[in-house]
Amino acid sequence: MSNFDKIKSITIKQPLKLDCGKEISNFPLAYETYGNLNEKKDNAILVFHALTGDQFASGQNPVTNKEGWWNYAVGPGKAFDTEKFFVICANVIGGCMGSYGPGTIDPTTNNPIGTNFPVITINDMVNAQYNLLDHFKIERLFAVAGGSMGGMQVLQFVSNFPNKAKVALPIACTASHSAQNIAFNELGRQAIMSDTNWKDGLYDGKTSNPDKGLAVARMAAHITYLSKKGLQEKFGRNLQERSDLKFGFDADFQIESYLRYQGSVFVDRFDANSYLYITRAMDYFDLTKQHGGNLSQAFKDSKTKFFIISFTSDWLYPTSENKDIVIALNAIGADVGFVEIKTDKGHDSFLLDVPDFLSTIKNYLSTTYLNINERRI
Amino acid sequence: MKEEFKVISKLIDERSRVLDVGCGDGILMEYLSKNKVVDVRGLEISKEKVKKCLSNGLAVVEGNAEYDLKQFPDLSFDYVILSQTLQAFMSPENVIKDLLRVGKKVIVTIPNFGHWKIRVDLLFKGEMPITKNLPYEWYNTPNLHMCTIQDFYNFCNNKGINIFKTISLNGQKTSKITASNLKYKNLISELGIFLLEK
Repeated sequence: MSNFDKIKSITIKQPLKLDCGKEISNFPLAYETYGNLNEKKDNAILVFHALTGDQFASGQNPVTNKEGWWNYAVGPGKAFDTEKFFVICANVIGGCMGSYGPGTIDPTTNNPIGTNFPVITINDMVNAQYNLLDHFKIERLFAVAGGSMGGMQVLQFVSNFPNKAKVALPIACTASHSAQNIAFNELGRQAIMSDTNWKDGLYDGKTSNPDKGLAVARMAAHITYLSKKGLQEKFGRNLQERSDLKFGFDADFQIESYLRYQGSVFVDRFDANSYLYITRAMDYFDLTKQHGGNLSQAFKDSKTKFFIISFTSDWLYPTSENKDIVIALNAIGADVGFVEIKTDKGHDSFLLDVPDFLSTIKNYLSTTYLNINERRI
Repeated sequence: MKEEFKVISKLIDERSRVLDVGCGDGILMEYLSKNKVVDVRGLEISKEKVKKCLSNGLAVVEGNAEYDLKQFPDLSFDYVILSQTLQAFMSPENVIKDLLRVGKKVIVTIPNFGHWKIRVDLLFKGEMPITKNLPYEWYNTPNLHMCTIQDFYNFCNNKGINIFKTISLNGQKTSKITASNLKYKNLISELGIFLLEK
């Protein structure tokens, strides 16, 4: 993993008080940028990644050599048009792509910090990333955007820093992690923690990793990202390179083989402890509770224009939960747009080539950028 | 520009908050924000139209007025507009009630089923009338509750809703509707525009 040398990062020197009570300082935050910051510094968009994402939203990830996770959306002429906008994306703290996380080597032991890493929250992630504004000397972002856990960070960011983003795009997310979502995350965590290689989180990251557990966690989660209809249409009961059932427990069906493959490639690029920490942060996310049970209060000082998007076939972060955010915003007369995009691609829709979704964002951003500049809102 | 939108625009004071219910493609919203200093929002049921509005940077929320007006607090807008949509609701009465709750003033426009051409059609042809404003066949019309200007006027009176202004629109021509010319205007108007308050 020498390609880690190519990662850009800032060191956050001043102490960051975490929600768990601990304090961290002098820690790295890895980031990547796309496009150019203009002279007025008014074209920056901070993009937040989801559970298993990283700072490499577009282009090629130099560590995994894979395509950026939001390649469909971020790039020249795309929804987040890097010919117009300066897109910044950071690896969340707790992550495993260069930011401070459980995989960071503790210099005193020469081993990964592992489960000695403090439990972090979405709030902590956002507060850490706020330092990027200072780093780039950006007074106000044009937009903050993200899907799934990225959307939660959007909501938290706007709530913490009411006038630091002109536009907020929370996509396929929730203001309060549901019991069902906590349940799925717990399933993934249990899979990891029951792998004997996990060793209470103190595996060395070289000779042994809880790969089996992490792969199962990924397989389970992957199902939740798709829709029943999407799965049925893509795989049905098709058999994997065989004409008949084999009366055994090999992957007879294509869907089994597909999930096994998804699990196996995931462990090459992701750290099991990061998976534990980040899913925990999602579970703890409850912006409504943070504001005394009234979600509207989270946005009461906000001058931001909100554009919320959900997907018809997303049952993990369903339209109803996205609409709760819309309702809370309407209750305080905030500037809000909302559309539910029709697609069979499930929760994953926000990462995929869904033309309606991508074109609406592209047009919304370019028109709004012009409107704001003309009317000096 | 639709004549109707000019009339609506004239009814709205500067620096007010406006909600356009059933805003469609957002043409009225764009007209208002270009010609007035207003803060205008939209609610629209059609995904295609909502996407179009959002693509134009308009603050439009996808939703059904029969359920989704509930989310707006009492008197949270200076004006709520309902342009040629009332007849399409399952319960126009409840929608009007909600509009009057959300808006300090409400502008409702209705395609007038009392127009003479419609009356003549029904009288001589004995078929459901099809006109420029009402281009549907009886079996595929989204218009569930057609009414005349007179009907709506009576409705407001029965329900104790204050009518501030009633304007008749016939082609490009606008005129005031009053209690004394109501019968006549109900015959010659294509569209009735009402400014209401609770």
